Amino acid sequence: MAKVKLPFNPVLALLAALAALFFIFPLIGLIAGAPWGHVASVITSKTAVQALELSIIASLSSTAIAIVFGFPLAWLLARGRFPGKGVLRGLTTLPMVLPPVVGGIALLLAYGRKGFIGKPLESATGITLPFTLLGVIVAESFVAMPFFVITVESGLRSMNRRLEDAARSLGAGRRTVFTRVTLPLIWPSLAAGTVLTWARALGEFGATITFAGNLPGVTQTMPLAIYISQSSNMTDEAIALSLILVLVSLVVMIFRRDRSGAG
Amino acid sequence: MSRSRSRNLRHVRVFAGVGVAALAAALAACSSSPATTAAAGASAAAKPSGTLVVFAATSLTDAFNKIATQFEAANPGVTVKFNYNGSSTLATQITQGAPADVFASASPTNMATVTDQSLTSTTPKIFTRNTGEIMVEAGNPSHVKSVGDLANPSLKVVVCAPSVPCGKLATTIFKNAGVTVKPVSQEQNVGGVVTKVSLGEADAGIVYVTDVKANGSKTVGVPIPANQNAITDYPIAEIKQAPNATAAAAFISYVLGPQGQQVLKSFGFMPPGSS
Repeated sequence: MAKVKLPFNPVLALLAALAALFFIFPLIGLIAGAPWGHVASVITSKTAVQALELSIIASLSSTAIAIVFGFPLAWLLARGRFPGKGVLRGLTTLPMVLPPVVGGIALLLAYGRKGFIGKPLESATGITLPFTLLGVIVAESFVAMPFFVITVESGLRSMNRRLEDAARSLGAGRRTVFTRVTLPLIWPSLAAGTVLTWARALGEFGATITFAGNLPGVTQTMPLAIYISQSSNMTDEAIALSLILVLVSLVVMIFRRDRSGAG
Repeated sequence: MSRSRSRNLRHVRVFAGVGVAALAAALAACSSSPATTAAAGASAAAKPSGTLVVFAATSLTDAFNKIATQFEAANPGVTVKFNYNGSSTLATQITQGAPADVFASASPTNMATVTDQSLTSTTPKIFTRNTGEIMVEAGNPSHVKSVGDLANPSLKVVVCAPSVPCGKLATTIFKNAGVTVKPVSQEQNVGGVVTKVSLGEADAGIVYVTDVKANGSKTVGVPIPANQNAITDYPIAEIKQAPNATAAAAFISYVLGPQGQQVLKSFGFMPPGSS
C-alpha cells in the first residue's frame, strides 16, 4: 500500500490505536445512547434551531474578530522587538488555561455593567454587554482568539524570512511582499488558526453563561442549551442536541485536515 | 465579591471535576471496602469506620461540611468525603454506577430518578426544607419590596432555568404572585443567579433563603410572603450498593438527629415538619 517502506513498530501502533480508541469510544457511546426515536423532534424544536442559529452567528463573528484583531497581535508577537514581549504573550494567551467560568467573571468585572470599562461604556453609548448577543461574541472571542494568535504567531516565526528579503531585493513593495510571499507561506497556519478558533468558539460554555447569561433566543447557544437540558434531567435532549454539534464540528475538522494537506 | 468568587470557584471545580470526583469516589470506595467487609463479617451493630462517600446537592455544601466535621469527631475512624454538584448531575452519576454511600438531593424529583431504578436501600427521608427569597444588591438600590416589583421591565431580573429546581421555584412564586416577569437570563444553577446579583449585573434574582444567608453582606434578601412562596423538600437516602453501609446509616441518623438539624437551621434551612 504505502509507497515508502516504513518499518512496522508494534509498540507505536498499539499506543496510537489506544489513543484513537480513547476518542472513538465516547463518540460511539453518544451515538449508541442517543434517543433515536425522538432525535428528529428534539433537533427541529424551537430551542434547538434558535440555539444553533445563535451558535453559528456568534462563533463566526468571534472568529472574524479574532482574525481582524488577532493577526496584528500575532504579527507583533512574532516580529516586534520590544521589552515585555514574553509578558504580553503570556497575558494574551492566558484565557487558554484560565477556567472559562473564571474568564467570565473577569469579563464581568471589566466589561460588565459595574465593570471599570463597562460602566463608562454604558454611560457613553448606552451599550451594556451582559445578557446580549454582543456579550456572547465578546465571551467567545476572549476564550477563542488566543488559539488564532498563537497558531499564526508560530507560523510567522517558522516561515523562511529570506524569501521576503529576496522578493524585496527584486523590487517588490511591502504590500506585494505581504500578499504574494508572506500570506501564501503562512496560509496553513492561518487556516488552522481560523478553524481552531471557530471550533473553540462554537463549543464555548463557561465564559458565555457567566458573562452573557442564558436566555433562549437571545444568548442561549448550543452548549448552553445542552448543559441546561442535562441539568434538568433531560439527558436524552442533551445527547440529541450534542449530536448536531458533534456533526458540525466533525465535518469541519475533517475538511481542515484534507485542505491543509496534512491528512 | 470574595464570597461570590469562592462560590464560583466551587462551580468551576464542579464543572471540571466530575471525572476527578468520580475517580476520588472510586478510590475512596476501594479504600473503604476492607472496612465494609470487616463490618459485614462482624456483628450487625458494628461501629462505623472507614471512608463514607456522600453525594450532596451544592446548596448543602456549607451545612454538610460542618455536619461532617461534627460527625467525624463523634465517630473516630470515619472520614466523610463529599461530591457536591447539582442534584440532577448527582442522580445521573449514581444511576451510571458511581460508588456513593449516601445521596442528599435538593429535590424529590432527582431522588425519584434514583429510586425509580431501585438504587436506594432505604426509603428516602425528608431531612430539611428550603424556600425562596428575592436577592438584591446590598442597600437594595432598586427598591424592590415585593415579587410584584420584579415585573418592572427596567429591572434586570435573573432566575434559574425553568426546568432546574431553583427555576421551578421562581416559576411557582411568579405564578402565586400573579405577575409576569421577563428575566434577562435563566441560569443553569442558583450560583449563577447569586454571581450576577453580587456583581451588580442583575438588579434582582430568585434564590433560596440559604443562598442569601451564605452570601454575606454583598447582597440582601427581600422576603416573599408565605402565600406566594414555594417550599422545596430535601430527601436523603442510603444507596443500595453502598460500599460503606454502616457509616451511611449512621450519617443519615446524624443528619436527621438534633445535632444535624441544629447545623442545618444555623445555615437557614427549615426543619422538615414546619411550614
